[in-house]
This record gives sequence, structure tokens and C-alpha cells, in this order.
Amino acid sequence: MTPRNDAAPSILLRGGRLIDPSQGLDETGDLLITGGVVEAHGRLGEVRRDGAAQPEIVDVRGRVVSPGFIDVHCHLREPGREEVETIATGSRAAAVGGFTAVCAMPNTDPVTDNQAAVGFIIRQAQRAGGAKVYPIGAISMGQQGQTLAEFGEMVGAGAVAVSDDGRPVASAQLMRTALEYARTFGIPVADHCEDPTLALGGAMNEGVMSARLGLRGIPAEAEEIMAIRDILLARLTGGHIHLCHMSTKGSVELIRWGKERGINVTAEVCPHHLSLTEAAVEGYDTNAKMNPPLRTAADVAALQEAVKDGTIDVIATDHAPHHYDEKEREFADAPNGIVGLETALAVNLTWLVHGGSIGLPLLIERMSCAPARLFHLPGGTLRAGSPADVTVFDPDASWTVDPAKFRSKGRNSPYAGQTLRGTVAMTLVDGRVIHRA
Amino acid sequence: MTSALGKDLLALEPLSSEQIRLILDTAEPFKEISERSIKKVPTLRGSTIVNLFFEASTRTRISFEFAEKRLSADTVNVASSGSSVSKGETLVDTARNLEAMRIDMVVIRHGASGAAQFLAERIESNVINAGDGTHEHPTQGLLDLLTLRDHFHRLDGLKVCICGDVLHSRVARSNIWGLKKMGAEVAVCGPRSLLPNAIDELGVTVFSRIEDAIQWADALNVLRLQLERMQGGYIPSLREYNRVFGVTSERLARAPKDVLILHPGPMNRGVEIDSDVADGPHSVILNQVTNGVAIRMAVLYLLSGGRPELAEAAKGGGGR
Repeated sequence: MTPRNDAAPSILLRGGRLIDPSQGLDETGDLLITGGVVEAHGRLGEVRRDGAAQPEIVDVRGRVVSPGFIDVHCHLREPGREEVETIATGSRAAAVGGFTAVCAMPNTDPVTDNQAAVGFIIRQAQRAGGAKVYPIGAISMGQQGQTLAEFGEMVGAGAVAVSDDGRPVASAQLMRTALEYARTFGIPVADHCEDPTLALGGAMNEGVMSARLGLRGIPAEAEEIMAIRDILLARLTGGHIHLCHMSTKGSVELIRWGKERGINVTAEVCPHHLSLTEAAVEGYDTNAKMNPPLRTAADVAALQEAVKDGTIDVIATDHAPHHYDEKEREFADAPNGIVGLETALAVNLTWLVHGGSIGLPLLIERMSCAPARLFHLPGGTLRAGSPADVTVFDPDASWTVDPAKFRSKGRNSPYAGQTLRGTVAMTLVDGRVIHRA
Repeated sequence: MTSALGKDLLALEPLSSEQIRLILDTAEPFKEISERSIKKVPTLRGSTIVNLFFEASTRTRISFEFAEKRLSADTVNVASSGSSVSKGETLVDTARNLEAMRIDMVVIRHGASGAAQFLAERIESNVINAGDGTHEHPTQGLLDLLTLRDHFHRLDGLKVCICGDVLHSRVARSNIWGLKKMGAEVAVCGPRSLLPNAIDELGVTVFSRIEDAIQWADALNVLRLQLERMQGGYIPSLREYNRVFGVTSERLARAPKDVLILHPGPMNRGVEIDSDVADGPHSVILNQVTNGVAIRMAVLYLLSGGRPELAEAAKGGGGR
């Protein structure tokens, strides 16, 4: 139960479609927020509060009111690359995208591999006043893949998971130890699955496109070999392995295999892997360069199906801002990654919901409830008494992506110029409005 | 003025068979200029061309330079080893600087696939790709087509096998597209570790045995084996490569017919090709070099807006 903050304003969201899969809720009604927590929902009629300020009434008819989205995978670049993104700009971009909380990957400079670094991120986030930011600590000191970082102290300082994201853990022994040690603290180990020898020098998916373009390819097996290794190590250790940004049909089959056997494996997928294929690389567009790379139509279909059937638990952005100069170069030399916080909802709505593959409740489950559950975070629910982390969105409204308008410092989006459906109307964190369109 | 080829020549994949035939036909009258004692016509007088070579090249650079000079263009050579990244200046800055100097054409050789297109999208000048990474080398593909057509008087139905390191070869890609568009049948032959996994999706036949390729083919285009591929672990040794995939006179002797031999150079004699084959009666390796100048003259002429039917007249002065 979240402590009430009686200084927080009272808000009544009136007449929206309340969707909260955590309690099987999907109905038209009102949501009353007081003291930073959800007080009540349903058909509340006239709300009068004796002796206190009356709640601000916001008409949200025709809109969806859902537990706030939680992104378990983003890169906020601070400390170290503040010209590319800061915790302030990143957490505000998150708010614009309807996220009430994000998990920040530790590949900062210096690496987030100790309690002081974790504490720094938390303090910067408190100052920023955007979405909540939960640090993810490194698995190994300096992400060097050699010695374990101090999970216990990092968790004590506020870290919610560990990962060497971007630097795949090559040593099976280190991954085994990390899973065992993380179990002590009840946190997931998130892994970027990539066999570094198979993927070496690769710039895109290996296939007919890479053969045509003369670019070195990354085979699907580079991901799948590490995915099955991690799943088997989770079986060995009983630890919780969380597989980051899955991109292939084969990975989906391996996760399914693991889950059928009761292995503690969870997985995420990114909006771009659910919507785009390697065809986007045509013309050497560096905004279509990311790792794992965009794959084939068959992979996209398998990933969409996995989101639907629960093989994949979570949709996460892998928001990775880069300076525009860095992307304005030869394809093989350009850095990996795209921004995602401000387009994730619309991409998911456009391709998955309007595309007919899943309904709104399942999308909210994958973007809010499941992330909260898997990473043991507050939020992900509208139950009375829970923190008022709430997103209000219009699932149908069309807009055209203009990266110049992003709150993120990054402009690297493959969706630039595309018309998508789905806009965020309001984002509330602990009852406070952090974004209003 | 838009040329029949568009603004740039970046690759053969996007060209139509008509455009390829146009270039080959336009090259015919230009061949003769190089046979004269005074090897110069005024066609590109006043045009400025930059030869921008980020990778070492002797043959291609000289061939372009002769083509430009024989058409009376003003040329500047910029050679820079290493990628733009190691050099410090980015390719986009290089592009902007060239643009600011108001040049007419850029011939670019670069180690990164897509570099020519990257440049072409950022400057108004015509861009000619002289080889980008492992993507394409369109003028090499065109001169190979011209050489084959000279010999066989047709391309349609011709059986051509590209031998060697197809995975890393821009020459292979340009040949595959060019030959297929002109109606030839294309095969590749080499160790599987040096062929792209998805090679058959490009519509080519794959031979694992060089003997089978020789039996099948009217012509072999033997690629240079980059010596660094051995260090990269793609093949165990040059010795074994020669034993298994080398184009030797013994192997050619068992063919049912004479097989024409092409090689884009520079050759590793005794590795991918034996000397007696390279120097033998069925080798057209030096004809390729001669044709290279004519092809590049044709491309420069067409991109500058020259009208194909006037190429004969562009020779100027009536020849001899």
C-alpha cells in the first residue's frame, strides 16, 4: 500500500474506458485520485469532499484510462553522454509517450555498477519530475564480463534488476553465477542475447537483403544460441532470466520450450521488431540499424503471435538515442539503436491493435501490468490504494511522426514521416500530471 | 538535364536491361578513341571531376582518369586510405566540401557498402560508384559484360560462372545483376564459407566443385581471393584453395569446349588462377582492361547529359 500524500491534488477522470487487466477491468467509468493514490473507480456520480478542495474534473470520454506504461528497457545516457540524452529529457520523453516508469540500462559512462551510481540516477530522476526511473545495475564490474558487480548494495540503493545490456555476457559461468546470486535478492537478470563471435562486425540481419546490400549479416542463431543457453542456465539455477528484445521466430520457439517446462524465463520484444522488417534497411537507412537487427516478415509474425499467446511477456522500447551526427554516416560505421519512448504506444496500437492481432486489454497487460509484476515495481494496476500512475490515451487519433518535436534529444526514428494511430492525452505519476497534451 | 541513366551510377541492380544495353552500345564508338595517336576529344571540356578514392586502387583509378582525360575533363585525384572515421573527417563533411567547390562529377571508391549512395543523396553532382565496400562495382560489371559481348556477340543465354569469394565481392554482385538483366545464366562457385548463405535467393546456380562449373560454363569470371580472407578464418590455406578451387589448365582441358577466362584483377597467380590460364589463348583479362576505359568514357558521357545517338559524333573530327 502506497502512503498517501495529502499535498497531491485530487483529480477525477470522468467517463473514460477504464481498462485494467490486473483486476480484469474493462468498463466505462470514472477514476478518482486523491493523495497520490487511486481512491476509487467505477460510476462514481457526483464526488463531493467535505472540507477539502474539490477534485479537478477532467472529461476523458472516448479515451482509455489505464495503469501507466512501464518500460523495462531504455537508455538514458546519463552519466556520460548528456549531449545525447539526460535523465531529465529521457524521463520527460517517457511521460509524453505515456510511460509512468522506465528502467534505465547501466551502459552509462561510468558504468552503473555500484550503489553510488545507482543513487545518482535516482536523485537525478527525482529532480527531473518526469516518469519514475528505476536503475538497472550492471552484472559485471564495468560491464567487462569478468567479476560480478555488488548486486546487494545496488539493490539496496534502488536497482531493480541487473544486466550487461549491449555487452552480452559471453561466459556461461559468469551468467550462471549472476543468476544464482541475483536469486538471493529476488531480482531478474536481463540479458542481451548475442553470441559475440557469430555477430562480430554484423550490421543487419543475415539473409538475402544483407547479400544484396553487401553488408555483413547477423544470423538469427547469434541470438538463439544465447537465448537457449540462458534458458538452460535458468533451469540449472532457478534464477529469473529475462531475455531482452527478442527478434527471431527461433527465439520465440525456445522461450516457449522453456516456459512449457516451468523454467523461470520471461522475455520482452520491442515495437520495432513487431512492426518493421529488414526491408527498412534498403537505401542504407541508418535509422533502421539496431541490435538485434530488424528481421524478416516471418519473424515479425511469430513475435506478434508470441505477444498474443504470452510467450513474450513484455513490450519494451530499447529507447537508444544517438546524436544525429553519429547516424549520419556509412551504414556499417553508424551506431545501433533508435528512440522509442514517444512512438511505442502508437506503433503498438497501429500494428498490433488496429492490425487486428491483439485487443487493448492485452496491450496494456504487456506494457504495464506484466512489466510491474516481472520487475516487482509499484504500479501496473488501478486498484484502490495503489499509486496513481495512470495513462490516458486516445487509441484512434492519427498523427504524423515528426522527430523534431520529440522531447527526447534523440531524433533517430525509422517512423519519421509515418502516420500512426494513438495519442497520449495525459500521464500521471503519483497523482501528479506530468504530461497533458 | 536528366540523363538516360538518372543522376548517378551507383549500382547495376536498379538499372533496366535497356539502360545497360545503352551503356554498352555507347562504349562502342569510344573504344576507337583510345586507338588513335591523339587520344582526346573535347566532349567534357570545362567539366570538373573529382576522383575520390578512400581505398587503394591502381587499375580502376587510372582507368577512370584516362577516360576523363580522353574526354577533356579537368580532374583532381583525392586519395585517402582508411575509412572516413579513421581519417577524422566524416563522409558527409567531405561531401559538403566537394559540393562547395562546384564540381560536376565525383567518382568514389570507398570501403563501406552504401557509401556512394550516401554521397549521391547529399550532393547535386553526378556520382559514379567505383566500388563501395562489398556492395557493387558497376563499371567493372559493365566492362565484363562488354568483354563477353565482344567475344560471344551476345549475352542472352550465355552461361557465366563467377568463381571465388562472392561473399566479399562487389564485382560479383554487379556481375550477377548485370548478367541476369541481359538474359545470361549465372552461377557461382567457391567454398561455402565464401558464398552468402542466401545466394540462391539471388537467382543463381551454386557449384561446389570447380570441375562442375567448368563443365557448365561458357565463361568463368575468376575473382581475386583477398589474402586477408585466410586470416579471417574463411579458408584454411591458400595452398588448399588452389588445390580445390584453382582455375588450372588441367581442369580447363577436361572441359567439353573452350571456356573464356575473365578476371577483374589484380591476380594472385597460383592461387585462384594459374599463370598458364591467365596468359593463355582463352584469357580476355587484358581486353577487360581496355574495355574499362571505353565503358567509363560512356558512363561519364551519358551522365553528363550526352545523348546516346550522338556518341559517334562526340568522337569528333571524324577519327583517322
